[in-house]
Amino acid sequence: MNPIFANRRERLMEMKVRRKGVEQPRRLVAPPVFDKCSRCGAVAAKAELARSLYVCPNCGYHHPIGAYLRLAMVLDAKSFRELNEGMVAPNALQFPGYEEKLESARDATGLSEAVVTARGRIGGVPVAAAVLDSHFFMGSMGVAVGEKITRCVEYAQRHRLPLIIFSASGGARMQEGILSLMQMAKTAAAVRRFQEAGGLYISFFTHPTTGGVTASFASLGDITLAEPGALIGFAGPRVIQQTIGQTLPEGFQRAEYLVEHGFVDQIVPRTAMRETLIRLLRLHGKGELPRE
Amino acid sequence: MSDQLTAAQRVALSRQTTRPGTADYIAALFTDFFQQRGDRQGREDPSILGGIALYHGRPVTVIGHRKGRTLEENLTYNFGMPGPEGYRKAIRLMEQAEKFRRPVITFVDTPGAYPGLEAEAHGQGEAIASAIARMSTLNVPVVTVVIGEGGSGGALALAVANRVLILENAVYSILSPEGFASILWKDAGRSGEAAELMKLTAADLKELGVADQVIPEPAGGAQEDPQTVFDAVDAALSAALAQVAREGDFAARRWEKFRKMGTCAPEKE
Ligand SMILES: [Zn+2]
Repeated sequence: MNPIFANRRERLMEMKVRRKGVEQPRRLVAPPVFDKCSRCGAVAAKAELARSLYVCPNCGYHHPIGAYLRLAMVLDAKSFRELNEGMVAPNALQFPGYEEKLESARDATGLSEAVVTARGRIGGVPVAAAVLDSHFFMGSMGVAVGEKITRCVEYAQRHRLPLIIFSASGGARMQEGILSLMQMAKTAAAVRRFQEAGGLYISFFTHPTTGGVTASFASLGDITLAEPGALIGFAGPRVIQQTIGQTLPEGFQRAEYLVEHGFVDQIVPRTAMRETLIRLLRLHGKGELPRE
Repeated sequence: MSDQLTAAQRVALSRQTTRPGTADYIAALFTDFFQQRGDRQGREDPSILGGIALYHGRPVTVIGHRKGRTLEENLTYNFGMPGPEGYRKAIRLMEQAEKFRRPVITFVDTPGAYPGLEAEAHGQGEAIASAIARMSTLNVPVVTVVIGEGGSGGALALAVANRVLILENAVYSILSPEGFASILWKDAGRSGEAAELMKLTAADLKELGVADQVIPEPAGGAQEDPQTVFDAVDAALSAALAQVAREGDFAARRWEKFRKMGTCAPEKE
C-alpha cells in the first residue's frame, strides 16, 4: 500500500478510537469559517450567524456549511453515529499530484472525503443520512463518495430506515476519470433498488449542485427539497453560456427556477429544515402523530 | 497494428465524420427496423435514434446516439447531443422492451448531453438520472457497444448494460479532453495531454473493468473498412447477447457489475 495512504489510515483510525469515548464528535460543532456575508458583505457577529444557522440576517443568503455542521443541525442531539468514516479511494488512474492534493484537502478540512454518511435520529425517528461537503474538492464525486453513498443507501435498506441525502457538488471528480462516471451508475442504481424495496428517499439540494450528482442520485428522490437560491443543474452556467453564446436569464438554475419547472417539490429555508424533515417522516408513518 | 496510436489520435478517430454511426450499424446488422419517435410528453429528440428491429431473426429494441454525417444532418441531430426528451424517449423504449421481453442493444456515440438553456429547463439532470436508474433494473439482457465518442453522463445514460463492448478507437470518458483540460488547467489547448492522463482509450477501459471487450478495427480506423467492422461488431454483439441470455438474472447481474465499480479502503467498517 502507498505509504501516504497507510499513514493517513493510521491517523484516521487513531482519531476514531479517541472519539469512541465521547458522546458527540467535536467536529460536529465546528466553528463557522466566516463572519462577513460573501453575498452582500454585511458583517454579522459569529454568535448571531450561528443562531441564524449561517443564513445571512441581512440578505438571506444560505452560506454553504460543512457536512458535520449540517448533521448537527438536522439530527437529534447525541444520536449521530458515522458510517464508513475513514473510507478513501486509491489513486486508480495514477493521476499526477492527486494524492498530494487530497492530502492538503484533508488537512484543510479535517474530512477524509467529500461526503459524510451517518446513522442518527430526527425527531426520534432513526434515519440514514449522507451530506456532501463542498469544502472538499467542491463536493465532487469520485469512487470514495460513490461507495460511501451506496453503502449508506444499502445500510438504510438493510435496517429499513428512511434515507436523506443533502447534495452539494461540482460534479464528477476529474482526477478519477471514468471511474467517477461509474459512480453515477452505482449510486443511481442503489437508490432505485432501495426505492423499489419500499424505502423513503428524501433528496435535499443545497448550493451548489451540478454535474454527475444532479444527473444521478440527487435527482431521484421520492421527495425533492432545495435550499433557497441554491444553484442546481446538470451543465454549469459557464459551460452553457459558452455553448449558446448568450447571457443566461436572471435566476436561471436556481432552486426557485427548478420549482417553477417541476423538478423540486418545495424550497425549504434552513431554519425550517429540521421541522420539515420531521413532518415528512411523520407523513410517511414514522414518528409520533401530532396531538389533535 | 494501431498500437502506436496516441490517446489523442484515437480521440480524433472516434470523432471522424466518416466513421460509421448508429444508423449505419442498424442498417448493416438489423432487419425490419421500425423507428419509434417521441417522449410522449411533447417532444421528439432526433439525436437519439431508436426502435424495434430483428437481430438475427429475433426482435430486439435498439437505441443509439445519432450524430449524422453531413453538416445538415449534424445540425438536425444536434451533433449527437441529446436533450432530456431524448433520454425520456430512450426510457420509454426500454420499458417497452422489458414488457415485451426484448433484449436491448444500445450504441453509444455522443460528445455528451447538450448543455443548453432549454435542456436545463426541461431537466437534463433528472432525465439522465432516470435513464440510468431505469436501465439498471431492466429485467432483459442489455448490451452496449461504444462505437465512437462516449461522452460523460450523456453516454452513460444509454450504457448501463450487462456487457459493454467498445471499438478499438472509440473512447469513453468523464468529459471531453478539451473540457477536462480547461477545468483542471484552465487551458483547453492541453487536450492532448489530458487525453493521455484520462485513461479513455478502449484498452484502458478494458483494464479498468469499465469495458468488457475491445473490438478491433482495421488499420486507420473503422471508416477505412466499415464492412469488416460491422462483421466484427456483429460477432461480438451476438456472442455477448447469447452469453447474457444464458446467465439469466439480468437486473441482478447488472447491479453486481456496477456495484463493483471502484474499490475503496478499508473494505469493511
Ligand atoms: Zn448577506
